Amino acid sequence: MDFEHESDDPFRDDEDDPDAHLSLEKESTKEYVVYLVDASPKMFTSTCPASADDQKEESHFHIALSCISQSLKNQIINRSYDELAICFFNTREKRNIQELSGVFVFNVPERDYLDRPTARLIKEFDRIEESFAKDIGSQDGIVPGTRENSLYNAIWVAQALLRKGSAKTVDKRVLLFTNEDDPFGCIKGAIKSDMKRMTLQRAKDAQDLGISIELLPLSHPSDPFNVSQFYAELIGLEEDELADFMPSSGNKLEDMKDQLRKRMFKKRIVKKLKFIIVDGISIELNSYALIRPTVPGAITWLDSVTNQPLKSERTFICADTGALVEESTKRFHPYKNQNIVFSTKELSEIKRFSTGHLHLLGFKPLSCLRDYYNLKPSTFLYPSDEAMDGSICIFIALHRSMIQLKRFAVAFYGGSSRPQLVALIAQDEIIQSGGQIEPPGMHMISLPYSDDIRLVEERHSEKVGMVTRASNDQIKKAADVIKRIDLKDFSICQFANPGLQRHYAVLQALALEEDEIPEIKDETLPDEEGLARPGVVKALEEFKTSVYGENYDEECEANAKPSEASKKRKAQAEVATKECENYDWGELADTGKLKDLTVVELKYYLTAHNLPVSGKKEALVSRILTHMKK
Amino acid sequence: MNETGGIGGEECVAASKVKGNGGIESALECIHPAGTKKNPEEESFSSNSTPSSARLTLFLFFSMARNKEALVLLLDVGPSMHSVIPEIEKVCSMLVEKKLIFTKYDEVGVVLFGTEDTDNELTEEVGGYQHVVVLKNIKVVEGDIVEALQQLPRGATHGDFLDAIIVGMDMLIKKFGETNKGKKRLCLITNAQCPIKEPFEGTKEEQVTTIAKQMTVHGMRMESIILRGKLSQDANKKIMDENDQLLRIFSTETSARSTYVENPVSLLGALRTRNITPSTIFKGDLELSPKLKIKVLVYKKTAEEKFPTLKKFSDKAASTDKFATHEVKVDYEYKSSQEPDKVVPPDQRIKGYRYGPQIVPISQAEWDAVKFKPEKGLKLLGFTDSSNVLRHQYMKDVNVFIAETGNTKATLALSSLVRAMKEMNKVAILRCVWRHGQANVVIGVLTPNLSDKENIPDSLYFNALPFAEDVREFQFPSFSNFPAPIQPNEQQLEAAANLVKMLDLAPQGKEEVLLPDFTPNPVLERFYRYLELKSKHADAAVPPLDDTLKKITEPDDELLQQNKSVIENFRRSFELKENPRHKKSRRLLREERYGSGEENSKGEIPALASNLIEDKSNVEVDNIGDLTPVQDFEAMFARRDNPDWVVKAIDAMKNKIHDLIEDSHEGDNNLKALECLAALRKGCINEQEPKQFNNFLRDIWSFCQEKSLHDFCDSLSSKGITLIPKSEAADSEVTEDEARSFLVKSQPKV
Repeated sequence: MDFEHESDDPFRDDEDDPDAHLSLEKESTKEYVVYLVDASPKMFTSTCPASADDQKEESHFHIALSCISQSLKNQIINRSYDELAICFFNTREKRNIQELSGVFVFNVPERDYLDRPTARLIKEFDRIEESFAKDIGSQDGIVPGTRENSLYNAIWVAQALLRKGSAKTVDKRVLLFTNEDDPFGCIKGAIKSDMKRMTLQRAKDAQDLGISIELLPLSHPSDPFNVSQFYAELIGLEEDELADFMPSSGNKLEDMKDQLRKRMFKKRIVKKLKFIIVDGISIELNSYALIRPTVPGAITWLDSVTNQPLKSERTFICADTGALVEESTKRFHPYKNQNIVFSTKELSEIKRFSTGHLHLLGFKPLSCLRDYYNLKPSTFLYPSDEAMDGSICIFIALHRSMIQLKRFAVAFYGGSSRPQLVALIAQDEIIQSGGQIEPPGMHMISLPYSDDIRLVEERHSEKVGMVTRASNDQIKKAADVIKRIDLKDFSICQFANPGLQRHYAVLQALALEEDEIPEIKDETLPDEEGLARPGVVKALEEFKTSVYGENYDEECEANAKPSEASKKRKAQAEVATKECENYDWGELADTGKLKDLTVVELKYYLTAHNLPVSGKKEALVSRILTHMKK
Repeated sequence: MNETGGIGGEECVAASKVKGNGGIESALECIHPAGTKKNPEEESFSSNSTPSSARLTLFLFFSMARNKEALVLLLDVGPSMHSVIPEIEKVCSMLVEKKLIFTKYDEVGVVLFGTEDTDNELTEEVGGYQHVVVLKNIKVVEGDIVEALQQLPRGATHGDFLDAIIVGMDMLIKKFGETNKGKKRLCLITNAQCPIKEPFEGTKEEQVTTIAKQMTVHGMRMESIILRGKLSQDANKKIMDENDQLLRIFSTETSARSTYVENPVSLLGALRTRNITPSTIFKGDLELSPKLKIKVLVYKKTAEEKFPTLKKFSDKAASTDKFATHEVKVDYEYKSSQEPDKVVPPDQRIKGYRYGPQIVPISQAEWDAVKFKPEKGLKLLGFTDSSNVLRHQYMKDVNVFIAETGNTKATLALSSLVRAMKEMNKVAILRCVWRHGQANVVIGVLTPNLSDKENIPDSLYFNALPFAEDVREFQFPSFSNFPAPIQPNEQQLEAAANLVKMLDLAPQGKEEVLLPDFTPNPVLERFYRYLELKSKHADAAVPPLDDTLKKITEPDDELLQQNKSVIENFRRSFELKENPRHKKSRRLLREERYGSGEENSKGEIPALASNLIEDKSNVEVDNIGDLTPVQDFEAMFARRDNPDWVVKAIDAMKNKIHDLIEDSHEGDNNLKALECLAALRKGCINEQEPKQFNNFLRDIWSFCQEKSLHDFCDSLSSKGITLIPKSEAADSEVTEDEARSFLVKSQPKV
């Protein structure tokens, strides 16, 4: 895990792009979300049948809550500046600024209704079901005989919660979880149409203010959710979008959770690109970062006395004169005993190529894309007709041909940070149990240059003659092992990052001032039980015998003999121990004369006492003092 | 030539007389004794009895000297090479430039063959070796070598590459003898079109084998770059085949590598201009199970060669100061946010990690106590179908797994796995902790890499895979769900398929174009060339990209010419149109208005119209006209160049509404005024300016009361335009009830 600070050298940043023309329009960077959860009795009684043997049935209400909980935990790590509110409707109690009945905004102390997620919110939200009946209560808000309209109220409350901030700088979203496709089903006649109209108008008003309302329907195999009943109009679905909206309903619990989770994401465009295919034909693409490493947030320095954040101030000092200088626009590189000076303008000129954007160079068969042609995570490309009609059509045509002919495109990507050759791989859409696993589009993969590839294998070639290759029998035995230790449904998403999980578990515990840090299960460890199964053990033994013969264990011991390097290290330690005896360390430390010794001399002590020898001289001295308990 | 070399040379002359490579065996035998002589450096070291405190430094110095490489470039400059010499000049000078920067103690010599002249020691000592010129003797790299390489002479005769190889070997042996094993390198660049001389005895094959064996004895490596395809002119195929055969002997008999290149780009990329000695990332067991472990070494296979980090330059030092470093030091001071003048000393600082809005302070010691501490090791989780891991899921640069050197059993075990995986189309999933104390684990995939050369062992490539937290599962519409007019038709699909087929960068039987392994980084090429240029002319401008490097960044003209009809057909098959609906929300409304040529109140039409032709989207609205006041208002609101626009828009809208009501004849403007009012209301909510609207509505209200414009008041209530309550805009002081009663209040009065 990388805890390093980002370098502030302007020539080293990776994705930041001063070329404004490449990123045409910045998307809103912040997101305000209101989770609107239906708490009607139906949400508690409807369940989703479990698929696997040991799963229990779960109520729709529980599913909605666990999805939100998951998303909160994700958000506090990834996008903690985004704000959210959690709001139930069809409740017995009410809590909202407008004092509207049937709507309850869930919150914790030291937090506004719409605010950033806090450790406490996550923790208390995880326990909400225990006290829900007592504190909030479930109660149908739309009943015949009254004109109460809890859905109308809920949308109004959500709109009021989202009034903060301008719609131009913030994405405002309402995520509505419900399993009732016909909320006014129990009402009849003119009152029904009236209530329906009012609710639709309320939703439209909210949408006019730049708030998008998104529906996350929960359904049951025997009672599928019919979007066209009412909600299609509310969320503004067009006729042709309807089919796309409800993918052949995932009936399994896990599938439903999966689909809800995916729907909760807001797609963010990284960049709009112009893809020059041939002279005169350029199409518009949007790029998305679907895979990027999640790293623990940056360190903030605090004053250990007050725990207040510190401001860091950077000053530039001329090394020769000691004078304070402005941030210089000149850089230099030593070469042939001179300092060659460059202006920052010249340096960016070096990286500039007339092509810009993405320029197609040609196509190659997929077999040419070797496994070692990789440097960083890929970027996903999807076409857009927004500025250029016909982009999608051309993209689909190329996409289809590339898949059929098993070819990838080679293009030059002229971004200013690292202009590079890229491979564009067409990815066909993959749908599994009703959900999209892989979206259709192209993945852009940075190709290495010859400067980036190392010829390791050749360095390990035998000087003369052939290297030994496995015999057919050995290959067969290896194949048996492979068959035995098979991960059938392996998918890249199956492991949580144990280091990251631990990091945030520690932070959460400290933030809530808890004494105990919850244990995080490391899912990445091998399945020891599985490996101990007799079939697996047998296959492994046979493979071992076939390659190593009967004396594998002896071989291991023979190999455990001290290597040249460790012998040398041992000899060094011996010398150090001997040399170390020549000094009176106690006295040197007491008289403060340790710092007068050379680094080599200090290292005698450290090596003799098996301490690390890294760091600057001061570090060495303080390490010795610590070790001597002075 | 240094002393040792001199002695070796004398012995050599005394030993025998041979002519050309006719008597190679004896020539090399006589060179050989030179190697037995002790290197002076070594002597001085062993006889040294320095005090122990200085031993370490000396050791460092010695190992540094040992790590330096000695390279002899053997360059064919014969007539058939003239067309490619400019590229050879570029790649060779780049190589030396990089040595000047990264490995300044390396030594380089340059030998040319195919020259008119002859100038080498062997010809003086034993005769023969015609048309081979030692351009630069082996010496520590200096600027003059770069210059010499930038202007190579064009030779007039056919060169004999074997003669050149022997001259190069002789130079290395004379200079280093037996020392510097593995750090002596020969680099041959030729098109190998001319036959080598017949030996006096034995066959050419035997002769080459003898030389190759001598290379092994002396610990030399050789790299040959052979130019073919476009880079070699019509040559005798028989001779080329014979030469290829001879060069192959080097590859099998000694550590030699032959690379065939067919175009200038790959010539630039084929010669490694910077040699990085790989160091292991991991050395130890690959655990298939607790009972079966294979000894492996893990190295980086790819690692991005970054643009060099340049230091900040300070020009404060006097220009006469020769010892000025010109460096700029960056100093960080941490100050308390309450007392901006107080600097907090380092020992009073503590690290804080963000968790939502909270910052959690935690000391290093505390952190070390609780953090995730996985055990070092590589553990197999299992095998899976290769289709379960997609190519775009690779996360980082790539590692390579090789069996421990010299461990035959490990090599066999790895080889059997690699071959079985390949046959079964499987990959392995691995959990890796490379180092002790690493704060995280890496999950990755091992893919088999079958070696196609006899003397290179099978290996595995390792790519890191994402964790669940690293994946964003965005959903995108299926292509099949797009309406028919957007879908490509048969003819369009065919045009696309033809393009994909014909714009071929990996044609059968020819060299793959832009093979990453042979494609240099154009940015780095450009930087280092510019650096060299600037060392001579400080004011030189950045040179434009040369034609060879352009082939990396732009499509190849030749390929485009060959496929003219396919491209033309593709172009004709598709229609691209600038989308008129583009950015409707922001700009379109304005464009429509100005586009239709309607007059503007301020008479700005001429200027705007000319703007329009160049860039429609740049037309900005700066006042509210009569025709489409609502759209103008929205457009002004949308202007982000200055926050004042919002205030201006609100004021202008107020005036407009006021005018509309005042000028209304029997309510004919009422509808428009109401629309404007509704737009103003919405705008004020969006921009959090409720007071502006509320006060204005009250004003209008009293204005209407005064002027007895009751019909407008009526329509106000019928349209439901109320004051903005607190529930709609936080800054409002009006309650929900007040807002509603504002209308109620008005109704009875009508």
